[in-house]
Amino acid sequence: MNKEALLLQGDEAVVEGALAAGVRFFAGYPITPASEIAEGFSRKLPQYGGKFIQMEDELASMACVIGASLSGLKSITATSGPGFSLKQENLGLGIMIEAPCVVVNVQRVGPSTGLPTSPSQGDVMQAKWGTHGDHPIIVLSPSSVKESFDLAVTAFNFAEKYRTPVILLLDEIVGHMREKIELPDAAELTIYDRKRPNISPENFNPYEETEDHIPAMPDYGQGYKYHTTGLFHDKTGFPGGKTEDARRLMDRLMAKIEDNLDDILLFDEDIREKDNVLVLSYGSTVRSAISAVNEARDKGYNAAWLKLKTIWPFAGDKIKELAENVDTIIVPELNRGQLIREVERFACGQANVIGINKYDGTLIKPEEILAKIEEVE
Amino acid sequence: MDIDIYKYLREDKLPHIWCPGCGHGTILSNLIRGIDRAGLDQDKTVVVSGIGCSGRATGYLNFDTLHTTHGRAIPFATGIKLANPELNVIVITGDGDGSAIGGNHLIHGCRRNIDLTVVLLNNQIYGMTSGQYSPMTPTGATATTAPYGNIDQNFDLCELTKAAGATFVARGTSFHARQLIDVFEEGLNHKGFSFIETYSQCPINFGRRNGMSGPVDMLNWYKEHAVNIKGWENLEEDVKEDKFPIGIIYQDNRPDDEYTVRYQNIIDKVQKEVN
Repeated sequence: MNKEALLLQGDEAVVEGALAAGVRFFAGYPITPASEIAEGFSRKLPQYGGKFIQMEDELASMACVIGASLSGLKSITATSGPGFSLKQENLGLGIMIEAPCVVVNVQRVGPSTGLPTSPSQGDVMQAKWGTHGDHPIIVLSPSSVKESFDLAVTAFNFAEKYRTPVILLLDEIVGHMREKIELPDAAELTIYDRKRPNISPENFNPYEETEDHIPAMPDYGQGYKYHTTGLFHDKTGFPGGKTEDARRLMDRLMAKIEDNLDDILLFDEDIREKDNVLVLSYGSTVRSAISAVNEARDKGYNAAWLKLKTIWPFAGDKIKELAENVDTIIVPELNRGQLIREVERFACGQANVIGINKYDGTLIKPEEILAKIEEVE
Repeated sequence: MDIDIYKYLREDKLPHIWCPGCGHGTILSNLIRGIDRAGLDQDKTVVVSGIGCSGRATGYLNFDTLHTTHGRAIPFATGIKLANPELNVIVITGDGDGSAIGGNHLIHGCRRNIDLTVVLLNNQIYGMTSGQYSPMTPTGATATTAPYGNIDQNFDLCELTKAAGATFVARGTSFHARQLIDVFEEGLNHKGFSFIETYSQCPINFGRRNGMSGPVDMLNWYKEHAVNIKGWENLEEDVKEDKFPIGIIYQDNRPDDEYTVRYQNIIDKVQKEVN
């Protein structure tokens, strides 16, 4: 029997995906084009016994979400560019204290107020480097309504598994467009919950160095009485005052992501051995990219596509390998060229890397990508 | 009989980092006494702080403790409390942390009347960064960033929080230590947003630049300028001018109007409708 199909926006699919992943807390602040996410959670969370709160600003929302995570709930916030800028300091704290949570950024054109209702991929570098200091981050970028659901589930699984904030980077097109979607049953989904300690409070170190680099995390109120700080700290959670502690913690924070790239790097591809032009895309530009590649193949061109669902950490090794097999990599982006810098870095001159860039709030059309394929072939 | 305050302290983290003569230690030990008298379950109590001298208090307290970012302790505490209303949540903040960079969060915490106990250590200066003026530095006082005298007006934080919707508002000083214990006990037992401002002397970065060379001078200043709320209303207006009231300034017992209680009502109502 066919399931009932729903007609949902990407923003609404994020709500459904997060709920399927077990989210029980949302804190946020209204902003276009992400407000539908807050509205969705305000309606749905109480039905699940969860909590919704509209905070006084974006900084407070990020803080509130981290607090709720420490109390033991799967927690999420959603915003767009201006709000994403404001969240950065507390996002850094979340990374430092290893608080699992999900931050949705439905990108609009910036800087500043920019073009509030128009799509952009201008926050790609900010998502990686927005908070100060070195730090790891996982950023997922859906290209459709269904993927918004799926990657919302994945974002929570990564947040819980790797004990870290995860950014779900939509853009206005994906956030606002409506598509038919069939929501999977709970039994079809794999849901991951954070590792909680199974030892007595007396023997517990909140930032114990373990083989997988991921310390167990108790909920507040379970008697562990542990300390958490944004200062560099040792395994006890307290600043030990040794420079070596800073290095050890930073290396562990990086290692828990870098040692698990096989699990974290998500992508889809259609690459044939004979293909010599690759279109690499993510987010809403994927749709035009795939359409252009299909049309190019119909015309006899040897074109291929790669869709990155995980954009940070960057799939560098994958790009390195592909660059040795194709002549040209085309990177369409709704910005002045951000992820293309990483592509160039890993292509190491082995392939010609060409951008197609729009940053005026309009989208990249399939024919623009097709024209570029025809030009380089 | 005095209590065993060490039960509530992480002894291995002492001595604290605060300067000799600082009032923060006195206030912290009285907060502990208030916690003990209020009968809070140590395992079910979370203490949250921001940045500054006050922010370091959480490191010494043997509870679940969270040292956050500058000014944001209240929203972190709001998330902790709303996610699990069974927890007692205490915020320790300072005058810079709580009334400057975190001022907006303070008034919105009050407005929600969420069951937090916010203890604001008011040393009238940015102590940790060595003496810049805060919103609580008196007009005319000298600070490293007000070498010619501070032209800003101060907040009356008790009037501010009361107006913003806090249902328990009190003030104390590090000199009036015994009264402070009572105030903390009452504030911790109050169901709703409790705001407690406590003057805390900073001889190093406030006193010595403002005619008070040591902690004793500063404690004497508190003694001479603080007036118990019970006698406050009987004072002539011109006498009130350079004085301030201490004690429980305002209390409105409306436990059903507490934020997490109201949210639970929504959950109950919605779940009933859905089923």
